Amino acid sequence: MKVIVAVKRVIDHNVKVRVKADNSGVETVNVKMSMNPFDEIAVEEAIRLKESAGVSEVVIVSIGNKQSQETIRTALAMGADRGILVETDQELQPLAIAKLLQCIVEKESAKLIILGKQSVDMDNGQTGQMLAALLGWGQATFTSKVELHEDSVDVTREVDSGLQSLKIALPAIITADLRLNDPRYASLPNIMKARRKPLEVITPTELNIDVTPSLKILKVCAPERRTQGIKVATVTELVDKLKNEAKVI
Amino acid sequence: MNTLVIAEHDNSAIKEVTLSIISAAKELGAITLLVAGNNCKGVANAGALIDGVKKVLYVDDVIYTHQVAENIAALVASIASDYSHILAPATANGKNFMPRVAALLDVAQISDVIKIESADTFARPIYAGNALATVQSSDAIKVLTIRATAFDPAPVNLTSASIELIPSAELFNKTILNDEALNLSQRPELETAKVIISGGRGLAKGENFSMLEDVADKLGAAIGASRAAVDAGFVANDMQIGQTGKIVAPVLYIAVGISGAIQHLAGMKDSKVIVAINNDEEAPIFQIADYGLVDNLFDAVPELIKELA
Repeated sequence: MKVIVAVKRVIDHNVKVRVKADNSGVETVNVKMSMNPFDEIAVEEAIRLKESAGVSEVVIVSIGNKQSQETIRTALAMGADRGILVETDQELQPLAIAKLLQCIVEKESAKLIILGKQSVDMDNGQTGQMLAALLGWGQATFTSKVELHEDSVDVTREVDSGLQSLKIALPAIITADLRLNDPRYASLPNIMKARRKPLEVITPTELNIDVTPSLKILKVCAPERRTQGIKVATVTELVDKLKNEAKVI
Repeated sequence: MNTLVIAEHDNSAIKEVTLSIISAAKELGAITLLVAGNNCKGVANAGALIDGVKKVLYVDDVIYTHQVAENIAALVASIASDYSHILAPATANGKNFMPRVAALLDVAQISDVIKIESADTFARPIYAGNALATVQSSDAIKVLTIRATAFDPAPVNLTSASIELIPSAELFNKTILNDEALNLSQRPELETAKVIISGGRGLAKGENFSMLEDVADKLGAAIGASRAAVDAGFVANDMQIGQTGKIVAPVLYIAVGISGAIQHLAGMKDSKVIVAINNDEEAPIFQIADYGLVDNLFDAVPELIKELA
């Protein structure tokens, strides 16, 4: 069984982003980039399924600029088999990305697609569900546990009031949540080996997909900052402030 | 313009977040509320009393009991052409099915809207709330998930809107619910609680959350946690507050033993009053706290319980 994992190159989650002075976006020049953390979890899960549950091949797909090749190489160094980059310099929106992924999934005839539940740049959290809808497949979002069988997959999902477990007939889409696994670090020999793994580069035009966005970002602003509060010395003072100054208890 | 709001409910009661989504929808046009569930007539009746709701559509079918995304999305898409806007709360449930609705309609979805600027322009946080994007949609149908904490709940009226039973959409039979392990708490729900006390890694172990329970009892508060506390297994996942957990904005937020990673701040920094109790005076949580107490929490929390008695 072939598994496809979609990964995105984003500003590293430890970087404090700065809004550009002209409000056109956030500063990306000389900013550390890395794989979206949820996608790392998705890659790890696919590799674990290959190690334990009869998955034959793990294919990494990324849609982004040329540098996204590095992100794909990272996933290959973790243990994935080959990569596909749909190269574009345009900032694509989730629906277009889902359509491009749909093309690749159909071409590759994969049975299981794993994605991160959201990317930590735009925080949309849409691509997996959209891809599932376009393919007409079952979906499990916010997944914290996966058990793969021959014709189905059992998943545990994190929902607002606890946990939900689903059985989905394959083919299926899974989006990874934080507690699904702890992604491994790639070893140096594996990083070297990953350089020789196949990485195909194609374009949205070759896939014949219209990627014109229907959403226009008019501006990006910094949020209002909270004014710095005060330190209190004792619990008594704290309770007094909450009662008499803030009047919230 | 007609707006469709998808009600969040548990088949017996309407969730309070729905009231906030209706407030947001009032800025857009006449509101139809969709209640999809099983034995959910009571929810439909309650929905019809919410101020701003012109009509309630309800579907009563066992396939909607657990809000399985494939079925809810197909239902919403089947009635979507009558509406210019479709809104649902940006809860785990709304986030699960709404992108599916949008893709079925071949339109974009706009996540986590915190402000409605006009019929086609909306503001939403990106980068864990470290930036706000204003986006304009050219789609015929705008599919939005709404951050409930950004809108006041709509009031409830004495007079009822009309209620109409509509048919189910086709069953998606490839996804089956095995089991649900829901944590039923007598405390307020985090998303709508007026007071929240949250614990982090500083609590050191799960049992120590009982101290927070005592404070919560005194204040009628909900109890939350940081990702660190959930990852360490101190408490259940549904208590996590942050960029990837729940987004809250209570009147009073008390952070105990939480350092304040940006991912946590993203989930609570819109709270009205923030209190931080931490023994590390350099902890980033103090930068956004209105009242900070640098102290060992194992001394401070018992003292707080006594002070509140």
